[in-house]
Amino acid sequence: MSAPVGAEAHSLSAFRPRQVGVTLALLLLALGMALLSLLLGPSDLDTYQILGGLLSGHGMAGVVAREIRLPRAALALFVGGALGASGAALQGLFRNPLAEPGVTGVTSTAGLGAVLAFYFGFASAHPILLPAFAISSALASALILYLLSRAGAGAVALILGGVAIASLATALTALALSLSPNPYAMSEIVMWMMGSLKDRTLSDLTFAAPLVAVGIVVLLTTARGLDALLLGEEAAHSLGVNVHGVRRRVVLGVALATGAATAAAGAVSFVGLVVPHLLRPFYGSEPARLIWPSALGAAALVTAADIVVRLISPDEKLPLGVLTALLGAPFFIWLILRMRRDA
Amino acid sequence: MSRVVSFAHVSAGYRHRPVLQGVSVAFAAGEVTGLVGPNGAGKTTLFRVALRLLEAESGNVRLLDRPLSEWPAQSLARTLAYLPQEAEAHWPVEARRLVALGRLPYRVRFAPLNDADEQAINDAMARCDATTFASRSMNQLSAGERARVLLARALAVGAPVLLADEPAAHLDPAHQLRLMELLRAEAARGTAVIVTLHDLSLASRFCDRLVVIDEGRVVADAAAGEALTDDVLRSVFAISARRLENSVVPWQRI
Repeated sequence: MSAPVGAEAHSLSAFRPRQVGVTLALLLLALGMALLSLLLGPSDLDTYQILGGLLSGHGMAGVVAREIRLPRAALALFVGGALGASGAALQGLFRNPLAEPGVTGVTSTAGLGAVLAFYFGFASAHPILLPAFAISSALASALILYLLSRAGAGAVALILGGVAIASLATALTALALSLSPNPYAMSEIVMWMMGSLKDRTLSDLTFAAPLVAVGIVVLLTTARGLDALLLGEEAAHSLGVNVHGVRRRVVLGVALATGAATAAAGAVSFVGLVVPHLLRPFYGSEPARLIWPSALGAAALVTAADIVVRLISPDEKLPLGVLTALLGAPFFIWLILRMRRDA
Repeated sequence: MSRVVSFAHVSAGYRHRPVLQGVSVAFAAGEVTGLVGPNGAGKTTLFRVALRLLEAESGNVRLLDRPLSEWPAQSLARTLAYLPQEAEAHWPVEARRLVALGRLPYRVRFAPLNDADEQAINDAMARCDATTFASRSMNQLSAGERARVLLARALAVGAPVLLADEPAAHLDPAHQLRLMELLRAEAARGTAVIVTLHDLSLASRFCDRLVVIDEGRVVADAAAGEALTDDVLRSVFAISARRLENSVVPWQRI
C-alpha cells in the first residue's frame, strides 16, 4: 500500500518545519520590536549609550534605559503576549473566531476593576491591590461567559453577552469618572479606558509579568483539551478530556493574563482577535498550535503599535488602545462579513 | 456471544424529566445493534449514561464485566468510542489531523504521535476510504466525505465498543449505504457496534439486532427481522410498513 497522503503530519501539537520557521520569525520580530522600542525616546542618548546603560545601569543612560524604556518595552511584550494567548484560547473554547478578551468584555471589566481600585484608593494602599482588582473583575466576566456557554449559548449569544458585559463595565467606569473625587483619579481612570504604556515603571513590570506568565502557562496546559473540543463537548468527553476542567483553566488563565495586562496598560482591544486570525494560514486552525505563536505575534504587534503611537504623536495624544481599536474594529467587521459569506 | 455492555434496570433523566425507566439491555461484540424509537424515546440518553455524561439514578451498567463507575476516565476513553449526533468539526482542520484526535486517550501531553498512533490513524482512514483526501481541509469535503472522516476519527480510538448516534442522518442514499457497510465491517472485526437510527429500512437491513425503545422503556429486543412487528410499528411509530426481503419500509401513517 502506498504511503497515505498527509502522513507527514506527525502530531497535533508538534510543529512542521515551516511552522518552526514562522515561530522563530515571530520570536525574532518580537525581540526586534522590543529593541527598537528601547532605542526610541525623547532623550538625546544614542544606541550605544542606551545599550551600555541597560547593561551597566550607571549614570543618566542607565536610569533612562532601565527605569523608563525597559519597563515600557518589556510590558508591551507581556501585554501583547497575554492578549494573544487569551484570544487564541477563548476562540478555541468558544469555537468562535470572533472571541477575544476585548470583544467578550473581559478587558473592559478588568479595566473597571482597576478603576475601582483607584476610585476607592486601594491602588495607593498597596501595589498588589490594583492587579488583584483587575484580575478578580476579569475572572467575574469570564465566569459569566463560561456560564452562558454552559447554558448552551451559541456564538452570537456569547458575543452579545460579551457586548452586554462590556457595556455594563463601560457604564460603571463612566459613573466612576463622573463621581471621581479628584482630578488625579479622573485622569488615571481616563488612562485605563484608553490603554497606554506611557510612564510605566519597573514596579508595573514586576507585578504584571509573573501573573501574565502564569496565565499563559495555564492556557498552554489547555491545548489538548481545546483541540478535542473542536469535535464538540460530548466527543471531547468521550476522548477522556475533562471538559469542565479545560473551561475552568481557560477562564482562570484568561483572567490572570488579561487582568494583569489590563492593570498595567489599560484596555487594549482587538489584538487577541487579529493575531490568531493572521496566523491560521501558517499553523492551521487547531487551538493547541495557535496559543504560543499568538502570544509571540501579539507581543510583536503591541510593541510595534506602541512604537507607532510614539512616532505619530511624540506627545502621546494618540493612546495605544485607541490605535488598536481604530485598526481592530474594521477588521472585526470584515471578519463577520467573511463568516457570513462562508456560512 | 459475549456481552460487552449491559444495562440492568437503569433509570436516568434530566432535571424534572425522567427519560430511561428501568431499561435492561445488553450489547454483544461482533454485532451491529440498532437502537430505534421515536424522537425523545431515550436512545441518546442511553448513550449519555454509557459515556458517563449522565449518571444513572438507579440500576447497574457494566462494561466488559466491570461496573461502569469503576472505570478510570482514560481507560473508559480507550474502550468506548463515540460518534455524536450531527458530528461536525468546528474548525476547518485537515482531515488527517481530525482523525488523529481519536488517539488522544493514548497520548502523553506534548509528546508527538508514536508509530502505533500513526498505524491506527492510517488504518482507520483506509477502512473508511478517506485516505485520498487526508490532507484536505474539512470545509473542502462533501457531507459524505466528512461523515467518513468523522467515523474514521471514532475508529482511530481502536475501542472494542463503538457508539454511533444517527451517523446516517443528512446523508444521501449512496453515502448512507456506504456508512452502514462500514459499520458492518467494523462489527466483523469484533467490535460491538451500537447505532441509533431513525431510518427503519436501514436499521432492519444492516443491523443484526434491533432494540426498540419507546418512552424510556425497551419494548422489543430481537433479531432485526423479528423486532419490528406490525404491532410494534403501530404502537411505537404509529405507522404501517411493507416488507422487502429482510428490510422494513415505512409506508403509511396510522
